[in-house]
Amino acid sequence: MKHFLKPISAAGSLLRGTLFTATLASVSLVSGAVHAETLRAVKHSALRVLDPIMTTAYMSRNHGYMIFDTLYALDENLVPQPQMVESHTVSEDGLIYTFTLRDGLRFHDGADVTGADVAASIARWGERDSMGQVLMTIVESMQQGAAPNEFVMTLKEPYGLVIDSLAKPSSNVPFIMPQRLAETPSTEPIPEQIGSGPFTWVADEFQPGVRAVYAKNEHYVPRDEPASSAAGGKVVGVDRVEWVVFPDDQTTLNALQAGEIDYWESPPNDLLPILEANPDVMVRNLNKLGYQTIMRPNALHPPMDNPLIRKAAIAAVNQKDVLDALVGSPEYYNLCGAMFVCDTPLATPVGGETLVEGNGLEVARALLEEAGYDGTPIVFMHPTDVGSLRTQPVVVAQAMRDAGFVVDLQAMDWQTLVGRRASQAAPDEGGWNMFITNWVGADVFNPLVNNMVNGKGPEGGWFGWPEVPKLEELRMAYATAATPEEQKSLAEEIQKLAYAEGVYAPIGQYFIPTAWSSEIKGVLDAPVPFFWNITK
Amino acid sequence: MVGYIIQRVLAAIPVMGFVALFIFLLLRLTPGDPAAIIAGDTATPEQLEQIRESLGLNEPVLVQFFSWIGQLLQGDFGTSIISGQPVLELIADRMEPTISLALTTIILSVLIAVPLGVIAAWKQGTLIDRFVMLLSVLGFSIPVFVIGYLMISLFSMQLGWFPVQGFRPIGDGIGDFFHRIALPTFTLTLLYIALIARITRTSMLEILGDDYVRTARSKGLPESRVLMRHALRNCSMPIITVIGIGFALIISGVVVTESVFNLPGLGRLTVDAVLSRDYPVIQAVILLASLIYVVINLLVDIAYVFLDPRIRYA
Repeated sequence: MKHFLKPISAAGSLLRGTLFTATLASVSLVSGAVHAETLRAVKHSALRVLDPIMTTAYMSRNHGYMIFDTLYALDENLVPQPQMVESHTVSEDGLIYTFTLRDGLRFHDGADVTGADVAASIARWGERDSMGQVLMTIVESMQQGAAPNEFVMTLKEPYGLVIDSLAKPSSNVPFIMPQRLAETPSTEPIPEQIGSGPFTWVADEFQPGVRAVYAKNEHYVPRDEPASSAAGGKVVGVDRVEWVVFPDDQTTLNALQAGEIDYWESPPNDLLPILEANPDVMVRNLNKLGYQTIMRPNALHPPMDNPLIRKAAIAAVNQKDVLDALVGSPEYYNLCGAMFVCDTPLATPVGGETLVEGNGLEVARALLEEAGYDGTPIVFMHPTDVGSLRTQPVVVAQAMRDAGFVVDLQAMDWQTLVGRRASQAAPDEGGWNMFITNWVGADVFNPLVNNMVNGKGPEGGWFGWPEVPKLEELRMAYATAATPEEQKSLAEEIQKLAYAEGVYAPIGQYFIPTAWSSEIKGVLDAPVPFFWNITK
Repeated sequence: MVGYIIQRVLAAIPVMGFVALFIFLLLRLTPGDPAAIIAGDTATPEQLEQIRESLGLNEPVLVQFFSWIGQLLQGDFGTSIISGQPVLELIADRMEPTISLALTTIILSVLIAVPLGVIAAWKQGTLIDRFVMLLSVLGFSIPVFVIGYLMISLFSMQLGWFPVQGFRPIGDGIGDFFHRIALPTFTLTLLYIALIARITRTSMLEILGDDYVRTARSKGLPESRVLMRHALRNCSMPIITVIGIGFALIISGVVVTESVFNLPGLGRLTVDAVLSRDYPVIQAVILLASLIYVVINLLVDIAYVFLDPRIRYA
């Protein structure tokens, strides 16, 4: 009988969902007719993959924040605050976390958000995300609690980073989606864009590579607290947000000045003086953690399999040279040797002194001599089609040459690099020795999210694959550390060891300010561009 | 004539087949892994493998090729690897801006360039001729993006007559459509005016010295009739050929113009697809471009018959 009723019940929910969506759409239309405020924003790239768990692409993450909501979120002081959660309790032995969701949380199809949705969403996230994967090794079980709006997580052992993990701000973010979507394998995209976030997805107007459109979720119940980065009340002040793709910076500049767009996420540095001189345009760095540009050697093959050679390459680099070439204005960069980003609780300069002071050339030469470097060329991958990545390899390669390296700088497009860096073959068989990439500060600001300090080697390590078991021990110790002081001390040890092994080097912290029309107000300081709190 | 057209259409089939095979193999030989692009930085090798499997990228190349050809024969161009949207839908979305730009550019260019070329030839060596030739050299020499930026600076930013960027479908109102397409059209038109005017002038100069033109003049026909009816018609084949190829060139992608004016056309779709290794989209767009070239060449050949009755196709 139950099985017989299931399709009817499913049809009922579908009908309710459809009616709800139709009502929501009609509400949007009505409100649109009265004051259809549309915010037109040019993002740093085009939205293509709509599943923010399947990919780490920042555009997919940003899309996720529009559609979905999170259990916890970091405020502007990087402190986790409840978002979907009303309250939580922890058992005395520290093993059972019970979360109670806020009243009024509903998905865009009208269904209530339940503990079962949360359990499925966290499980899917835990398959893909590095911090989630660590959490899942500690989790015994996850399920809905006694009430539908309760979620219970049972651990195998006490773990100090449960809330921090659930508040992870950047890719992959533990977004909560309906159970039926969250049960999609994490290697396949979810089939619908139904979340409980402050915006709804306007699927009919989506043109990949051209524009993505969001409508205000009229049924969203924001928290009472003021918005603070990803935390606080997500009060939507416009009816629609359109993310439009502009392939040309000069055109974007003209369009912003002519009032055809409202918001430009990441204008290039050379156009900033024009924007700053325009009284109708606001320019401000919203992401205080900025970006970290990094150099990553491949520890699998000679000569970079020798830690001394890796250290020599790092010592040769002067961050100021890199950042002068990449950014130009010192207003928008910071010399910073902290692997977990400057101005964060875990920031420490230890090990990165020569990078910041720019006085490591002699050290590099001495290290090369000590290592007996035989002049084997360093295959250095150089992506020439990405503005934020094409400059650094040239500067770093020259610094390495000055130290005595023979460098084979190979030009290629970024997607070729992405494919090639996954190869563990020798450099002369399609592999590589060195590449450079950039990270949002929030993706590297602790040892669990920072992939480069992973010491697992060829099995489970990140591209470059250094095998340093002690690093893994320290990371696990960090994960279970009881106090912030202990975490800080372990992070310092990790950084010291990572530099000593030459696993990677931050070669500068830089900031990309955002520009917007002075007609819009309430743009939030945050590591991710958020569109709530904005009015026009 | 009908037999000729059928013969040409049949001859296009192996051409398209060769293009399909060539582009398919070329893409598979190009470095880059769509699965790595989708999965991002933290995917494990196992997850990458699962994504490749779900996209069918693990199959042997020949199996992938025949599977794609099988889909094509059923009118299915596949699904974008990156966005998951049907390729035909993506192409259809991008066709209108590109075709609109191609039509407005070619029509405006022909209306201006052909009379200019005729006048330049008629007044060979005079100031008018030199002026037309100067315009032609400028049209060829100044990069399209420079002309575009100058147009935007003058007509959008200074005078405020036109929007800086964007496209509106003709269905949203013809006024808005022309308002948006005007600047990109003017920009591209300069290049095509230069090309068509030069070809027209050269062709006309070859004809104007011919006996039948002298005869027409000696019969006392008005000069306009001599030029347009006798001379221009007889030298129109190279002009038609250039117009046809120019039209095909615009349709197959004017990425720079589309970028400068933010037109969501086929050129941008192609570049985006190449950069993200979206194989089904690249394959479909290139096949489409090849088909357009084949069709336009066929139309040009047919036009020859109407313009020159001496031409007969067996």
